Amino acid sequence: MADPAAVPEMSSRAAGLAVSLRGVTKVYDNGVMALGPFDLDVRKGEFVSLLGPSGCGKSTALRLIAGLNAPTSGSVGVSQPHGQARGGRAIGFVFQEPTLMPWTSVRENVRLPLKLAHATAAEANARVGEALAQVGLAEFADAYPRELSGGMKMRVSLARALVTDPDILLMDEPFAALDEITRFRLNNDLLSLWRDLRKTIIFVTHSVFESVYLSQRVIVMTSRPGRVGAEFRIDAAEPRGEDFRTSVDYAGYCRKVSSALAPLRQGQPVS
Amino acid sequence: MNSLQTPPLSAEQSAPDSRSVRLVRILLPVVVLAIGVAAWEAVVRANEIPPYVLPGPGAVFRTLVNDWPVLSRSLLTTLQTTLEGFVAAAIGGMALALLFNQSKWLEYSLFPYAVILQVTPVIAIAPLLLIYLPQQTAVIVCAWIVGFFPVLSNTTLGLNSVDRNLAGLFQLYGASRLQTLRYLKLPSALPFILGGLRIAGGLSLIGAVVAEIAAGSAGAGSGLAYRIAESGYRLNIPRMFAALLLLSVAGIVIYGLLALTSHLVLRRWHESALGKEN
Repeated sequence: MADPAAVPEMSSRAAGLAVSLRGVTKVYDNGVMALGPFDLDVRKGEFVSLLGPSGCGKSTALRLIAGLNAPTSGSVGVSQPHGQARGGRAIGFVFQEPTLMPWTSVRENVRLPLKLAHATAAEANARVGEALAQVGLAEFADAYPRELSGGMKMRVSLARALVTDPDILLMDEPFAALDEITRFRLNNDLLSLWRDLRKTIIFVTHSVFESVYLSQRVIVMTSRPGRVGAEFRIDAAEPRGEDFRTSVDYAGYCRKVSSALAPLRQGQPVS
Repeated sequence: MNSLQTPPLSAEQSAPDSRSVRLVRILLPVVVLAIGVAAWEAVVRANEIPPYVLPGPGAVFRTLVNDWPVLSRSLLTTLQTTLEGFVAAAIGGMALALLFNQSKWLEYSLFPYAVILQVTPVIAIAPLLLIYLPQQTAVIVCAWIVGFFPVLSNTTLGLNSVDRNLAGLFQLYGASRLQTLRYLKLPSALPFILGGLRIAGGLSLIGAVVAEIAAGSAGAGSGLAYRIAESGYRLNIPRMFAALLLLSVAGIVIYGLLALTSHLVLRRWHESALGKEN
């Protein structure tokens, strides 16, 4: 793992950008070139999806932005946190799995980032309560993770990412393991959170339908090494809801994105 | 044992079935014990075996009651040694594991010697220790030597079994080493540590007994193992059995207490302590 000191420079090249990647590559120790060169600009408040098949480097890109890994070359810029962000973190991260601590309650799991930042008890309590209310889990604060369903665990994970009030939310296939009904509900809840809180969200997924439904911009990635293959702007009337999911526009976007993804899949082993 | 755990065929049968299975699992060993004791007594009586060759269970029990003042004092001595050895093993094992976890160099330098200490039979080390250390200390050191390794290796395993994503999360939020240790590594390692302690409890008793036996001929000890050795010289076979019985019971109680502690600590979250239905 990368040294925390060597992670993103907390300055972006241009005002209005939340994240800016320039010529970023990542070569893993085993010699596999996972990413790059990869360029990405994400405006503040934008909802962007990185879409691609498994192993195309989209999770790697996310980990580089989060500073969990250091790039082999290129530069990763992340905007400064607004004001004195509580907990002092610009970034919230939601992993593919809920990644909760099984030995403690929902409340303590959500409180963790604040505890690590030495927040005062009173402030932490208020922020934890707020974050749990945002994801609709206020009355499950004392439950243990194993007592929750998969969707609820993911909500806890989301609440934990929100508790520091970050400007940027990085989500790594967060709903991939959930059933479709739960996933649709969480998609809608995420959209309404995004509208209310105005966060920048970078959302990694391998579902065309999910990416089109959620994002303002879909970036289709190629495999080995991961690069930008195609980019689509999804213009739809806000707020999006179930009407959009069943609309002709939505189907059209999905067809376009799918067709961009199709040639990338050919000539590659199905994984 | 497996045949008793086959899942019930339908949901309605499940509750009474599991209850009767549990009853059978308690009853069967008790029945076996009763049959064994009865057969023992019968053989001793039928063949009129004298108690200095093989005492019947009745004679052992009578000795236990009659010699209780002597035996209880010995039991306390042995339990105290075991406890001191166990505490030393627990603290030493965990502290060493924490040091190894913080510094790879230290681990590479010292771990082989921990293994050597573990694989060398303690019965062979005990006489040497008795030469160089006061007897009481030597006995505790023996209990420590056999007990600390399972704590060390289990704690090390636990500290290295942290969920990779959780570790990433702690890194993302800028956790210090101490915070990572306290809020992530130690709780993750807890089930492993408790498993190690459960083994160390029984081993500490063995270590104490081994040292007492080794010291026994020197004549200064007064623990249960010393009683066994002493009674052997005097051909007081019933007392040997009574002391052995007490040692077994002590071992069972130690194991039971540690298992109970482990269950109480882990029952809300760890798979090992959850019911089968969950």
